[in-house]
Amino acid sequence: MAAINRDDVAHLARLARIEMSAEELDRMAGELAVIVDSVKSVSEVAGEDVPATSHPIPLSNVFREDVVGHVLTPAEALSGAPDSEDDRFKVPAILDEE
Amino acid sequence: MSSFEPSTELIRLSAAALAAKLKAGEVSAVEVTQAHLDRIASVDGEINAFLHVNTNEALAVAAEVDGIRAAGGAAAEELHQLAGVPIAVKDLIVTIGQPTTAGSKILEGWRSPYDATVVRKLRAAKMPILGKTNLDEFAMGSSTEHSAYGPTRNPWDLERIPGGSGGGSAAAVAAFEAPLALGTDTGGSIRQPGAVTGTVGVKPTYGAVSRYGAIAMASSLDQIGPVSRTVLDSALLQEVIGGHDPYDSTSLTDPFDNLVAAARTGNVEGMRIGIIKELHGEGYQAGVENRFNESLELLKEAGAEIVEVSCPNFKYALGAYYLIMPSEVSSNLAKFDGVRYGMRVLPKDGPLTIERVMAATRAAGFGDEVKRRIILGTYALSAGYYDAYYGSAQKVRTLIQRDFAAAFAQADVLISPTAPTTAFKLGEKLNDPLAMYLNDVATIPANMAGVPGLSLPGGLADEDGLPVGIQLLAPAREDARVYRVGAVLESLLEEKWGGPLLAQAPVLDSNSTVAGGSL
Repeated sequence: MAAINRDDVAHLARLARIEMSAEELDRMAGELAVIVDSVKSVSEVAGEDVPATSHPIPLSNVFREDVVGHVLTPAEALSGAPDSEDDRFKVPAILDEE
Repeated sequence: MSSFEPSTELIRLSAAALAAKLKAGEVSAVEVTQAHLDRIASVDGEINAFLHVNTNEALAVAAEVDGIRAAGGAAAEELHQLAGVPIAVKDLIVTIGQPTTAGSKILEGWRSPYDATVVRKLRAAKMPILGKTNLDEFAMGSSTEHSAYGPTRNPWDLERIPGGSGGGSAAAVAAFEAPLALGTDTGGSIRQPGAVTGTVGVKPTYGAVSRYGAIAMASSLDQIGPVSRTVLDSALLQEVIGGHDPYDSTSLTDPFDNLVAAARTGNVEGMRIGIIKELHGEGYQAGVENRFNESLELLKEAGAEIVEVSCPNFKYALGAYYLIMPSEVSSNLAKFDGVRYGMRVLPKDGPLTIERVMAATRAAGFGDEVKRRIILGTYALSAGYYDAYYGSAQKVRTLIQRDFAAAFAQADVLISPTAPTTAFKLGEKLNDPLAMYLNDVATIPANMAGVPGLSLPGGLADEDGLPVGIQLLAPAREDARVYRVGAVLESLLEEKWGGPLLAQAPVLDSNSTVAGGSL
């Protein structure tokens, strides 16, 4: 498996929407390389016949009655928002232009 | 402190003892709550266990309990047995009327418009909430040093870590600032702080306590649980906060109402207790190993049968955990985007688009450890690596569950040290993420398999005089067993020590000089 490098970290940081300085990218790449190296043995442990476990205690078909319960009012839902207008969350431009 | 002071005596009582005194009318809920608020005012400048102190509301709830008791009648009869017993809440759990920060700058000043289910249950039991406790940012860490609001200090030695992520809850209970607290445990965040502060902490069976309103870190591993100074107190608290919750789709319908009775059983005769071969010995501090062996001897003398079990796949648990947990972290923390709650930071220059605002907000709002885990998780989930990393880790999870199943065929309860070492110095492992991760080597398997785990004080390590934790594990849904064995072991150890371990902790006083200089 390829080691993680600075370009990988820069790409992952873009995907994860975290701005990183050049210094941060250098440091993070070094740290992550060590961590990835220490966990890569995991990929060699289990054979193809071993099923994956996503949930420690399997439950299925968890439903509730189809009735309206307590829900937040618009004012409550917007109470922690940095910006809002007309009962909606307000954000800057969503298209990448001036 | 030389003279007898009723308030200092009150803060040293267990929750069960406080409940009995309240019911008998020997003390009022306001007196009990005020004694703890006074203690917080006196020592928390040094400890930094609390991020927010909820003085007015806590006293109002206490006064309400006193009013109901004074009026008598059915309402007084119906009061919950813990009514008026105060509690601290980890600041990862949302509360109406108090800030919830998760230890992060990105949520500074945010107030939740709803209560977590466990908080609703505390309110229904009329337990005064003293405030919100410090933690590693978004519960990511083993030392509470990753909090954006400064580290919490260990009451046994102010230059040492109180464990993490729930160092605030454990330190608050160890420093007698609260008799009870709530924690959350994803890889050991309740049990490891319990171990290094000489307190009790329990991670219940996954789904035994609702996670609704606990800010999610890794949803398939996270679990809310009790923090206390005695095993019985944790059992009392788990019965308050547990039970099925339709707001959490992973919540179990089992009743979990036999925990207090289990803690009061008083014997372990004929129980098979399994030593996990892979979770002691090499890599564990000598003083930890000594206290562990001493506990085994006591249990054997009490009539338990000690057997050795092997869990060969546990050695892969830490690696698998550091793939599954960050993967879930990268997904769960995507919601902190500067749109719906918390901080919004505008980029310094360039076009003002939502993507750039998100990137600037998350850069400024998250600390290093959170960023590391988000990037690691994004990597483990990315195309080309998913099968090798996340997929393989999920298979290892199956192997760990099989190891537990085989072990529980031979033993009713498993036992190990909770953490490989006692509390280390602040700063010692801060720049070495891998060394920090190793603290959780013995606690992570329980989260991977969803089984319950309890940590209780096992004594002080010979070489440094610091607390050692003993961990008990039981099969899923058998939480009662860890309370039963834990309470017996606790009473045997306290008999040996001549009182609770925390009676040996240094006296904290705002006016006292701190060993090693001023802090």
